[in-house]
Amino acid sequence: MKGKLLFLMRLRGILQKETLQILRDPSSIALAIVMPMVLLFLFGYGVTLDADHIPTALVDDDGSSVARELIARFDLSPNFELLPTRTMAEAEELIRNRTAHAIIRLQSDFSAQMLSGQEAPVQLIVNGIDANRARLIQGYVRTALGNWSSMRLARGETAGLPAVMVSPRVWFNESTESRNFIIPGLITLIMTLIGILLTALVVAREWERGTMEALLVTPLRRIEILIGKIFPYYILGMLGMGMSVLVAILVFQVPFRGSVPALLLFSSLFMLASLGFGLLLSAAIRIQFVAAQVSIVAGFLPAFFLSGLIFDLESTPLPIQVISHIVPARYFVDISHTLFMAGDVWPVLVPGGLVLAAMAIIFLRLAYGNITKRLEK
Amino acid sequence: MSSPPQITPQPAETQAKGILLVRELCKSFSDKNKPEVKALDSVSFVVHRGCITGLVGADGAGKTTLIRISAGLLVPTSGSVTVLGRDSIADTLEIQSRVGYMPQKFGLYQDLTVAENMTLYADLQGVAGTERTEKFTRLLQMTSLGAYTGRRAGALSGGMKQKLGLACALIKSPEILLLDEPTVGVDPVSRRELWKIVNELVERDGIGVLVSTAYLDEAEKCDQVVVLHEGKVLAEGTADAFIKPMAGRTLLLDASPDRNLRTIYTHLSGRADVVDVTIRSGKVRTVLAEKVDATTLTDTLGPITTHQAQPTFEDAFMALIPRSDHQHRPSSVGSTHPGHDQDEIVRADNLQKLFGTFEAVKKLTFTVRRGEIFGLLGPNGAGKSTTFRILCGLLPASGGEISVAGHDLRRSRARARSRLGYMAQQFSLYGQLTTRENLGFFGKAYGLSGKRLKTRIEWAFAEFSLAKWADTPAGALPGGNKQRLAMAVALLHEPDILFLDEPTSGVDPFARREFWLRINTFAEQGTTVVVTTHFMEEAEYCDRMLIMSQGDTLAFGTPTEIRELAKTADTPHPTMDDAFIALAEGTVITPQSAPATPMGEGKRP
Repeated sequence: MKGKLLFLMRLRGILQKETLQILRDPSSIALAIVMPMVLLFLFGYGVTLDADHIPTALVDDDGSSVARELIARFDLSPNFELLPTRTMAEAEELIRNRTAHAIIRLQSDFSAQMLSGQEAPVQLIVNGIDANRARLIQGYVRTALGNWSSMRLARGETAGLPAVMVSPRVWFNESTESRNFIIPGLITLIMTLIGILLTALVVAREWERGTMEALLVTPLRRIEILIGKIFPYYILGMLGMGMSVLVAILVFQVPFRGSVPALLLFSSLFMLASLGFGLLLSAAIRIQFVAAQVSIVAGFLPAFFLSGLIFDLESTPLPIQVISHIVPARYFVDISHTLFMAGDVWPVLVPGGLVLAAMAIIFLRLAYGNITKRLEK
Repeated sequence: MSSPPQITPQPAETQAKGILLVRELCKSFSDKNKPEVKALDSVSFVVHRGCITGLVGADGAGKTTLIRISAGLLVPTSGSVTVLGRDSIADTLEIQSRVGYMPQKFGLYQDLTVAENMTLYADLQGVAGTERTEKFTRLLQMTSLGAYTGRRAGALSGGMKQKLGLACALIKSPEILLLDEPTVGVDPVSRRELWKIVNELVERDGIGVLVSTAYLDEAEKCDQVVVLHEGKVLAEGTADAFIKPMAGRTLLLDASPDRNLRTIYTHLSGRADVVDVTIRSGKVRTVLAEKVDATTLTDTLGPITTHQAQPTFEDAFMALIPRSDHQHRPSSVGSTHPGHDQDEIVRADNLQKLFGTFEAVKKLTFTVRRGEIFGLLGPNGAGKSTTFRILCGLLPASGGEISVAGHDLRRSRARARSRLGYMAQQFSLYGQLTTRENLGFFGKAYGLSGKRLKTRIEWAFAEFSLAKWADTPAGALPGGNKQRLAMAVALLHEPDILFLDEPTSGVDPFARREFWLRINTFAEQGTTVVVTTHFMEEAEYCDRMLIMSQGDTLAFGTPTEIRELAKTADTPHPTMDDAFIALAEGTVITPQSAPATPMGEGKRP
């Protein structure tokens, strides 16, 4: 009984200390609150894989009402910013001086060809320097033309198109906004950062300032050190996660279709795995500078590149795919995408969750084994 | 070496009373890239209840390792430490709940307040309820920290941090207290207070204390002293037992018309029958080797007044350590002393430095004469580092005039810099470059080349005995050799004036002696030296000094003049420490404005 009381008292002491340190140290607040917000807004606004308002030169040699109707379609689309030009030469000049990224040209026989039921070609010239954007523009133009044709067909009018048509339906991310894909993934990155970098840094700081030595000679047990280092940062990480989710939903209008309990459950598992990994790293590091470097290389970069957050893992070489399986972020990126855009799809969530749980247990166990009450190993 | 008491096997009876038993303790550290280091080699001694046991030795003697093993932080290679009847390794947790330990850095959380730090350690030690309340009241009263409970530990002065660290170690009323160099980097006032608290604890609660220290005067405050040298116990006994055999071997020498203090000092340092020479209280203090007739000194020095001095533990310690380990003989001492020029090489007039609205240096006026050793002293935060950096041209002054070696620092900083040498407080050479490469690089940076550079590097190897380390990376140089190299680099371009920032902090007594001897030699040869230090006794080596406090001049003058300030009926012969304490406490009245010239020749009304 007495032992239990002492245990609780020691635990209270170390938890209180960690909490006060977090609250008073501007660098942990910055890392847990400011950094996620900067990342969210930077990625949310700055890095979009879509292209909107593409300046496009338009050459209408036809001038008929049919042509004008098609031009109106392009004009209304959020993807294009039309720059009407009179001659092709003028349009080419716009591409050369980079005012326009593409030229859409309706030839003089456009309406005549179409109304006679023949193929009515629309010429598209794209600046191919940025291959990715060029492909996007092609897609947008094709979609706009397709939509226009199907509308005409629906009205019973002729459309200069082949008989077979693809009619696309996009599931889960109906508006095909890349932001809806990036932001849930970003939350993974933020939690990795808090979990690994913050724990590694605070442990190294205790060594640097000599407080670790003083802690080690108290009757503090190893399990109490573990809990003391995990719990406060678990809370901090979950707060960062919660805040990021709120900003995602409220500011960036990302749909959230899963349930809150599922989010809490799976993000807790991921957070614990990250914290365990961070603590494991910190066992070997006693200098803050090194702690920051190692956690960026061993924690942040894999979470960024090997989690499927930015790059589709299935198109990467096999060895990279194999390596990616030991990165906890990989599983949580999947879970997070599912929860945000598809909902509680248990067959997807449970296997990932089990892997995360296993990783959390392994990392925490290893971290516990590496906590020492002595100065040398 | 027959005089000091030797280790005698402890009778069984005393072992029973001992609360900390060190038996045949060995500890080696091995690193892949380095040869194995034997930090402790078969060390045995006993700490008793109600006694203070002092662990004395130079840096690297093994003091910290021994204390850490006692606290269960390190595992011995062989041998054992038994604390309160329990083995330090088998029963670590049990020991840790009954032992108070204060590490060198005090172990305080900077972001937590005084009260929060104490609460944390009370929680960890399981002290609760009324016991806690009583304990806190008593500790706060004892450490006079009651008024600062809401202040963050990071904002406390060094002395207050040290007392808070002690309070945290005492929360559980430990039966034994382990203190690892508790007074390093702390001003003399705080050092005295700490010893007062420790003494009270021992007398009232009868606890046992094991304290390591590099301050040799503190050994005299211990009931029992264990001298460690290179991991071995050299001798053990009461401080008196160490001091007694020294009777008659300690002499004070006055300056004579032909010989000033500095020449006597350098002369004696070169003699083989002299164990130790220092300058203390305006006299040269020397310890003779055994069976040396004091009259032989006059043979070489000419007529000179000598007095018998009260031997101290420090004398005994210096006599104890094997000579070859620490002796540095000045290589070339010019027999002719150039005498102090009245030429003023540094002139500061109304010097002021603002950081935002904070006035770090307030209207400082002083001069440094060519060829003198000028000390800049004061507690942390006094503004001495700021002043120092302005003098070296590293910081621009906010106001006032300043010239160094004839150049106005505000206008021709680069030209002034080429005339000065600077040795930073921290080791600031390239650790991966060898000694030779460092010398080469810095020599070129100062504009030396070709034959002259080569000659100067050869000079540095000879003067600082660095030749055998020429191809060792600077980062791997042992002990005092880093200090030597740093000084060699600062002197490579033969500067007129040498700036040394806390050159002796973290350096053991031997290295400090060697260092001051060198400085003396350079000053003899006409180099001006400006030095900051927090060791008050070192102020005695300065020709003149400026004591600062809170950006202001506290006192300015020769060592004799400063000491005279603290002269009272109780202390007719005050030491530098006394003077500093008196100045800091404000018990002596100093002239309000900074004097531009030194105060009268040691005579105060």
